Amino acid sequence: MRTIYLDNNATTMTAPEVVEAMQPFWTELYGNPSSMHTFGGQVKRHIDQARRQVAALLNADPQEIVFTSGGSEGNNLAIRGSLDALDGLKKHIITTRVEHPAVLGVFRHLAKHGYRVTELPVNSDGSLILDALESTLTPDTALVSIMWANNETGVIFPIEKIANLVKSMGVILHIDAVQAAGKIPIDITRVPVDLLTISGHKLHGPKGTGALYVRKGTKLVPQVIGGHHEHNRRAGTENIPGIVGIGMATELALNGLDEENTRVRALRDRLQRGVLAGCKAAQVNGANRLPNTLNVSFQYVEGEAILLLLDNLGIAASSGSACASGSLQPSHVLRAMGIPFTSAHGSIRFSLSRYNTEEEIDLVIKHLPPIIDRLRELSPFVEDELPV
Amino acid sequence: MWDYTEKVKDHFNNPRNVGVIVDADGVGEVGSLACGDALKLMFKLDSEGRIIDVKFQTFGCASAIASSSALTEMIKGKTLEEAQKVTNRDIAEYLGGLPDQKMHCSVMGKEALEAAIENYRSGDQVTRELEGVVVCTCFGVTEKEIERTVLENGLTTVEEVTNYTKAGGGCGSCQPEIGKILARLSGSTEPAVAEEEPEPRPLTNIEKIKLIQETFEREVRPLLRKDGGDVELIDVVGNRVLVSLRGSCAHCRVAQFTLSDVVQAKLREFVSPDIVVEEVS
Ligand SMILES: Cc1ncc(COP(=O)(O)O)c(C=O)c1O
Repeated sequence: MRTIYLDNNATTMTAPEVVEAMQPFWTELYGNPSSMHTFGGQVKRHIDQARRQVAALLNADPQEIVFTSGGSEGNNLAIRGSLDALDGLKKHIITTRVEHPAVLGVFRHLAKHGYRVTELPVNSDGSLILDALESTLTPDTALVSIMWANNETGVIFPIEKIANLVKSMGVILHIDAVQAAGKIPIDITRVPVDLLTISGHKLHGPKGTGALYVRKGTKLVPQVIGGHHEHNRRAGTENIPGIVGIGMATELALNGLDEENTRVRALRDRLQRGVLAGCKAAQVNGANRLPNTLNVSFQYVEGEAILLLLDNLGIAASSGSACASGSLQPSHVLRAMGIPFTSAHGSIRFSLSRYNTEEEIDLVIKHLPPIIDRLRELSPFVEDELPV
Repeated sequence: MWDYTEKVKDHFNNPRNVGVIVDADGVGEVGSLACGDALKLMFKLDSEGRIIDVKFQTFGCASAIASSSALTEMIKGKTLEEAQKVTNRDIAEYLGGLPDQKMHCSVMGKEALEAAIENYRSGDQVTRELEGVVVCTCFGVTEKEIERTVLENGLTTVEEVTNYTKAGGGCGSCQPEIGKILARLSGSTEPAVAEEEPEPRPLTNIEKIKLIQETFEREVRPLLRKDGGDVELIDVVGNRVLVSLRGSCAHCRVAQFTLSDVVQAKLREFVSPDIVVEEVS
């Protein structure tokens, strides 16, 4: 059975071009770039090239790129590293209720260590309540960390507006752009952010790779302490194959931005139309979304059950349902949006990539309605509740 | 990825005995949409008091559906006395085991069966009433239910209690309370009988309203707001507290559940044990 992979916000296939670019760095060019000898030293220019490739995706200067082990490390380094540099001078930090655990978890940890945390609310369409941001910024605010686009719903936040607001108050701004990078244009010269995280495996690069953009002049205390790697911002012998891989992946992503916003977007829209037409009482969660993401709720059915029946057909998607995550309450993102229980438990996320085809999308459109019908036939809630 | 046995997958993919019995002798309903799973179980008895037909409807994940299906197969042909002996462990064993985090699905099956038998014997009360002190307000789990599940399954940790009853799996604020119950049942610490408390002076109406409002602010609102809901105090008439529900809870099928079981439980705990909550629109 061929897999129809529609879970690209979780991770992506490593692009064949990326795999190929990484190939020489295992058995041929395996030297340490810090070595004095030519064999090691020659590797350095490949890191430089990757740094240029990553910088190009963001329209940044290569010197502003720090390679990391991924999105989680990037977020930790950005938030904790810049707060450490402030040395406790200011004690208020702001984020949103819909962040990835790699930000929310850090904030909740900091809340236990003397920081006052504000988690900004969102509207029912997932959009950020900007007024709330404006009114909570104070002279004591040290840092704001906000995601560019949400991993569960794909909702895009107005980063330009946020950045202008936050920087007018002289507050450090970190953006988690892990889901945005490679899906929508990012131009660091137009948005005055200080720090911005990306992850390799979300844009067809290798897993365990990432990069943190650090604007020139931004103070950062390393969180991995050791040697002088990455301009003293992150110690450890470089993951050369990974760095070369994320370099190639970002180059492909930059070249693929048009396709992402035309062909992939059209496939997503086709899926959305087909699902809404084929399934009663289905509702799309989130407005103004990434071109590849569709989060849809089916009333009176439970998400894990849908996932498993899709899985039987080789269709890979994910769910904000509590039962699928091992927790007992549905996704914190959907709850922050105030999605009623009746829908939140039955939400499914489809996230596409440039490797998906129209044929695959049509198969999902064909197979999903009978799955939903079948589960509703089992459900005690349906008869009287469902609109015809 | 959940690691389900072939038997669980089979009962999920091909559930047995799905549907309704229009003239059922006993009907039991447990769970709610808010909790993410719910089960309605119906049975019919023959002239000798044996279960000749049993049907179910389940809203929930794969293991909830499989547990319901398994339960119906297990009790078919049994007398109510025999059926009553089926425990949640039996259901899990019948399925070749359930993942730890999914044990509450088997407990739900057991509870639905009890509710249905109770319904047959008493002739009313289809839905389960919460008896005793509510420990977990997120999922409406009482001390009694926790105690029973702990004893029946030999549970020793808070995490196990959450896996089996869901209690403590929401906001987590009742986890210390669950810890105390476990400690008490294992025979350590905690005195057996609580000190007799002196009868308190009855509250004046003003004091009562103030206390209700404080309880709303501190105990009820944070719970409802997590899910986008809210509650507003309209009036207090004697022991009747009139409220209006807003947001998602108001539209939701579980409005009744939230109201009587959570708001009322909180007010009974913090204000007065005779309070009755009513919704006005
Ligand atoms: C928005 C967001 N931030 C951070 C991360 C973490 O990235 P990584 O898996 O590379 O650590 C993810 C991925 O799950 C994400 O979606």
